[in-house]
Amino acid sequence: MARTLQRSHPLQSYESAFAALPEGISVKAEPYLSMTDLRLPEDVDGPLGKALPREPGGWVSTADGLIVWLGPDEWLVLSGSRGPGELEADLRDLARPNQGSAVDVSAQRISLRVRGRHARDLLSGGCSIDLHPSVFQNGRSAQTTLGLTGVVLLALGADGDDFRILVRSSFAGYLAEWLVDAATEYR
Amino acid sequence: MSSERVDGSSRVDGYGRLDRSRTLRFTFDGQPYTGHPGDTIASALLANGVVVLGSSVKLGRSRGISASWTEDATGLIQIEEPFPEPMLLASAVELVDGMVVRGLNGQGRLAEVPDAARYDRRHHHVDTLVVGAGPAGLRAALAAARRGERVALIDDRPEAGGSLTGSETIDGRSSRHFVASVLADLAEYPDVLHLQRTTAFGHYDDGFVLALERRTDHLPATEAGNRSRQRVHRIRAQRVVVATGAHERPIVFADNDRPGIMLAASARDFLHRYGVLVGREVVLFTSHDGAYDTARDLAAAGASVTVVEARPQGPALEGVRAIPGARVIPGARVISTLADQEHQDGRIGAAVVIDAEGHEFFVNCDALLLSGGWNPTAHLFSHVRGALAYDSQLGAFKPAQSVPGTEVVGAAAGEGIQPGLVIWRVPGPRERQFVDVQRDSTVADIARAVGAGLRSVEHVKRYTTIGTAHDQGKTSGMIAAGITAELMNRPIEELGTTTFRPPYVPVAFAALAGRERGELFDPARKTALHEWHVKAGAVFEDVGQWKRARHYPKPGEDMEAAVLRECAAVRTGVGILDGSTLGKIDVQGPDAPALLDLMYTNMMSSLKVGSVRYGVMCGVDGMVIDDGTVVRLAEDRYMVITTTGGAAKILDWMEEWVQTEWPHLKVKLASVTEQWAVFPVVGPRSREVIGEVFGDLDVSNEAFGFMTWRDTELGGVPVRLARISFSGELAYEVNVNAWYAEAVWLKLLEAGAKHNITPYGTETMHVLRAEKGYPIIGQDTDGTVTPQDLGMGWAVSKKKPDFVGKRSFARAENQNPLRKQLVGLLPTDESTKLPEGSQIVEFAADGVLPAPPVPMLGHVTSSYRSAALGRPFALALLKGGRERIGDVVHVPVGEQLVAAQITSAVLVDPEGARRDG
Repeated sequence: MARTLQRSHPLQSYESAFAALPEGISVKAEPYLSMTDLRLPEDVDGPLGKALPREPGGWVSTADGLIVWLGPDEWLVLSGSRGPGELEADLRDLARPNQGSAVDVSAQRISLRVRGRHARDLLSGGCSIDLHPSVFQNGRSAQTTLGLTGVVLLALGADGDDFRILVRSSFAGYLAEWLVDAATEYR
Repeated sequence: MSSERVDGSSRVDGYGRLDRSRTLRFTFDGQPYTGHPGDTIASALLANGVVVLGSSVKLGRSRGISASWTEDATGLIQIEEPFPEPMLLASAVELVDGMVVRGLNGQGRLAEVPDAARYDRRHHHVDTLVVGAGPAGLRAALAAARRGERVALIDDRPEAGGSLTGSETIDGRSSRHFVASVLADLAEYPDVLHLQRTTAFGHYDDGFVLALERRTDHLPATEAGNRSRQRVHRIRAQRVVVATGAHERPIVFADNDRPGIMLAASARDFLHRYGVLVGREVVLFTSHDGAYDTARDLAAAGASVTVVEARPQGPALEGVRAIPGARVIPGARVISTLADQEHQDGRIGAAVVIDAEGHEFFVNCDALLLSGGWNPTAHLFSHVRGALAYDSQLGAFKPAQSVPGTEVVGAAAGEGIQPGLVIWRVPGPRERQFVDVQRDSTVADIARAVGAGLRSVEHVKRYTTIGTAHDQGKTSGMIAAGITAELMNRPIEELGTTTFRPPYVPVAFAALAGRERGELFDPARKTALHEWHVKAGAVFEDVGQWKRARHYPKPGEDMEAAVLRECAAVRTGVGILDGSTLGKIDVQGPDAPALLDLMYTNMMSSLKVGSVRYGVMCGVDGMVIDDGTVVRLAEDRYMVITTTGGAAKILDWMEEWVQTEWPHLKVKLASVTEQWAVFPVVGPRSREVIGEVFGDLDVSNEAFGFMTWRDTELGGVPVRLARISFSGELAYEVNVNAWYAEAVWLKLLEAGAKHNITPYGTETMHVLRAEKGYPIIGQDTDGTVTPQDLGMGWAVSKKKPDFVGKRSFARAENQNPLRKQLVGLLPTDESTKLPEGSQIVEFAADGVLPAPPVPMLGHVTSSYRSAALGRPFALALLKGGRERIGDVVHVPVGEQLVAAQITSAVLVDPEGARRDG
C-alpha cells in the first residue's frame, strides 16, 4: 500500500534559523534515513561480516548508505533507499542465524550535517574529543558528548570541516538551539 | 636614556609600549582621569598620581598598588562600568574608554543586573602546551613547532615577552626583536595555537590544563562584536611545559603595608611597559643582585635612588656595578616606614633605615621598592603533585624530581635567578609587620598560631588566613613559611610550604558555566508531538529532562478544573495521551525469555506471542525499582516498557546483568524509546475511535482481547496496537514510528471528534491510575517497598528458581505484618485533599494531636480530587495497612487533624468491569 501519511521532522521549525547562520558555518537537517541497530558476534563472517567496519571508531559507505561502528559487536546501519521495516527485516534475517539482533531505530535519531570553515572550532566548543583532521578524518566516528547531549559524530572529508551528527530525536531541539547559539560567535 | 616627565604626571617620555596618540577617559572614585591604550587601571592611576586605592578589610589601613600584575596583594578595585565586578586587580585590568572604577574597602559588590555577556569554552588537543611566553616559553614553543608538533602557547599578559623589558639583548638582537621574530615564526605553523590574555589556572592529571582567556574586556564595546567575553580553554597535552617565570619576594618590616611600597621589578615593569615612574625619590630595599636592574633603570629614567642593601660591604657586592645617580647603603635594613605628611592618607613618606653600624635614620621617599629574591612560579607543577624542594640559595621552593609529561623551564625551574642573602623579615614590632597585606595578617598572627601549638604550615595558613585572599599567597606564602620556620626554630626544608591549588587566579563562575545557562542549562527532551502540545495550550511539567504535557486548560480553567474535566472525559467518553516518553527496550535473541525471567519477579517466558504482561522489577534487595508492560513480539523478541524516568537506568541495569553475570545468555538489548511514539486512546468510546481509524482490524473484545497486541497499518505505515490500560478503562495504545507521530495523532483526533475526544496530560493520567490503585514507582514507592507491600504478591513468581530480588523476599523483615503497605485513604469530610507527604497517626478521639513523640503510622504518597468518586482521595503507605481497612486514622494538616478512612487502594471499578468496554 502506498504511503499516504506525512512524516514530521523534529527540526522542521529550525529550517529558517539554520538558513540564517553566518558565513563559514552551515547546519542542515538531513532527510529521513532508515537506521537499524545491528548486533553480531565479533567473529561473524560472510558478505555482511566483510562489509562491517571492524576498527573501533570507524564508519564506511555502502551502496545505499553507511555503516557506523558502535562497539565490538554493534553497528548502526543506515540506508537511504530501504524503508525502516525493510532494512530491519533484511538485517534480522542475517542476524538471527548468528544469534545477533537487528532493531529498527530509524526514528530514534536524526542526522545533521555541519559544515564550513568554522565547523571544527564550533564543535570543539562542546565536544572534548580531538577533531583535528590528522586524527578525526573521513571514515572516523565517535560516540561522544556535544554540549550536554550524547551524539554519534562522523568525520567526512579530509579537511576537518565536514561532519555528520546523529542525535537522539528528543534531544534534537536542544542540539539545534546549541548549534545556532554557538554560531553567534561568527556573526 | 634621557627622559622627561610629562605634564607633572608620573609618565616619562621614551618609555612604555602605549599608544600615546590616543586618550582614554575613565573615572576613579568619581574623579575623571585619562590614560592610553595599553594601560592597565593601575598604570593609569599611578600615571595620574593616584597612589591610595582603598582601605584594608580588617584594620582599615590604606592600600595601594604593590605589584604590576596578578601577584599584587593589595590593589583591588570595583568596576562599575561597563559591567559591575568586584575585587578585580587594578594591575590586571586593561583600561578602556568610559570605565567607572571605585576603590574598595576590603569588600566588593556583586552586580545586581544580569550579566548579558557570553562565556564559552574550547577543547584542544596538542602535543606540547607551553604556559608562559617569556624567553624560555617562546623557545620551547618554537622548538616543538619545528619538530612538527601540535603546539599551544598561552600567556596571561596582553603581549608576549614575559619579564623582558625591551632593553635586553638576546641572540645578538634586542629582546623585543627576538620576541617578534619568534612569534612571526610560530605564526607560520598552522597547528600552533598562540593565545595571549590567557591564564592557565589549573593543571590536572594526564596533561589536562584549564585556562581562562579574556577576550573582549580590553576592546571598546564597538569592537567586541559577538565574541564571547571570556573563554575557558580545556587543553589536553602530551607534554606540558611550565614556563611561568618567578614572583618577586618582599621583605617584612614594620608598617610595610603603605601605599607606595611595591615589588622592585614591578616598578621596573611599570616604567618599561607603561612609561610610569612610580616615584621620584625611590628607596630600594634588597638583598640580591637582581634588584639592581631596577635601580639602574629607575635612576636612568630620572628617579633619585637609594639602595638599602642588606648584604654587608665585601665580596658579596663585588658583582654590583656602580649606578650613576644612585646611592647604595650596604649592610643596612629598612626597619619601618613613616607616612607622608603632606597627603595625610597613609602613603609612604620615608623609610626608617638602620645601617651596618646600628645608626637609625630616615630616607624620604615616595616609593619604597622591595626585593628579597625570587620564588619560582611553580603552581602548575605543584597542581599535579610535582614535589618542590627548598633551595637555600634562592630562599625559595623550586621543582624537584620530575612529573611525567611535565617540564619546568626558565625561572619557574629556578634557572637564572641571581642568588643573594635570604631574609624574610627584619626585627621589629610583630603586630605591625604585615605578611599577607590583603588579609591584614601579621607576624604576630603567625606567632600566635605557633604559640597555640600549630606545627604545620597548612594549619598556620588556616589559622592566620595568610594566603587565602584573591592572590592566594603569591607573594606572602613563601615568607609566611620562612617566618614560621624562624619562629619555630626549625629548618624550613623540614617545614615545607603550603600546597598550591587551582585556580591560580580567581575565575568567575560565569566563565565556568559557559553557555550552559538559560535554555541551554539542561537539555529539554521533547516528544515528536511537542509543537502540537504547545499549540493546544498545554501546561508542561518536567519529568526528568522530558517536557510532558501536564494538562490542557481551557480558558478560565485552573489545573484542578482542567484535570477534573479531563478525568471525566476519559471515564465517560474517550481521551488521548502522549505517552511517548515511556522507556522502551527491544530484547532479542534465543535467550530473551530466560533473561526476562531473571529480571522480572513474574514469569515472562510463558507469555504468548501476541500478548502483553505487566511486570515488576526489583533490585537485589527485593525492593521495587521499576514496573511496566512486556510485549512478546516473537519467540525470540520482546519489547520491554519502562517508566519514563527509569528508561536509561533500567537499560543500564539489564546490560550490567547481561554483560557481567550472565554473558552466556544469547540476548541483545537496544533502546527504542524514541523510535516509537505511543498514544493511549482511553475510555468507553475508544473502541469506536480505534475501529474507525484502523478499519481493517477487528477491535471487538473477542478478537482483540485485553493484554494482547495486533499489528496493522495506517496509510501504508505499520502501526502496533495494544490493549493496555493504566486507568482501568477500555484502552488501546497506538504505537507508531515517531516520524508519523503527528499524522497518526491527528487521524485519531479527527476520528474522535464526534466523541469529543479529549487530549489529557500526565496529571489526569496520575489521577486515573491512582483511582485504580496503580502505583507510580518513585512516587508511591521510595526504594524500601516490596511488590508484596504494594499488594502485588501475585506478580512474584513462586515457580521460578531464581530472579533478581528473590532471595530477599525470604528475609524475616519482609514477612513482618507491620511493614508499610499501599492502601487508599478517604478523608471523611469528603472535601479535604490531603497534602502529599502528610504523616498518618492513630485516630485521636478528642481531635487533638497527642504530645510528642507521636507514633507515625505512614505517609500519604499520592493525593487527588476524583471526578469519578466526587471527593478527594489518597494513596498511602501505612503500617499493616491491609489489615486495617475500614479503620479511621488522623492526618495532621497544618494545625488540624483530618480524619480519613483506610480503604483498598483500588477505589474505582474494583471488579475490573470497565477494561473491556
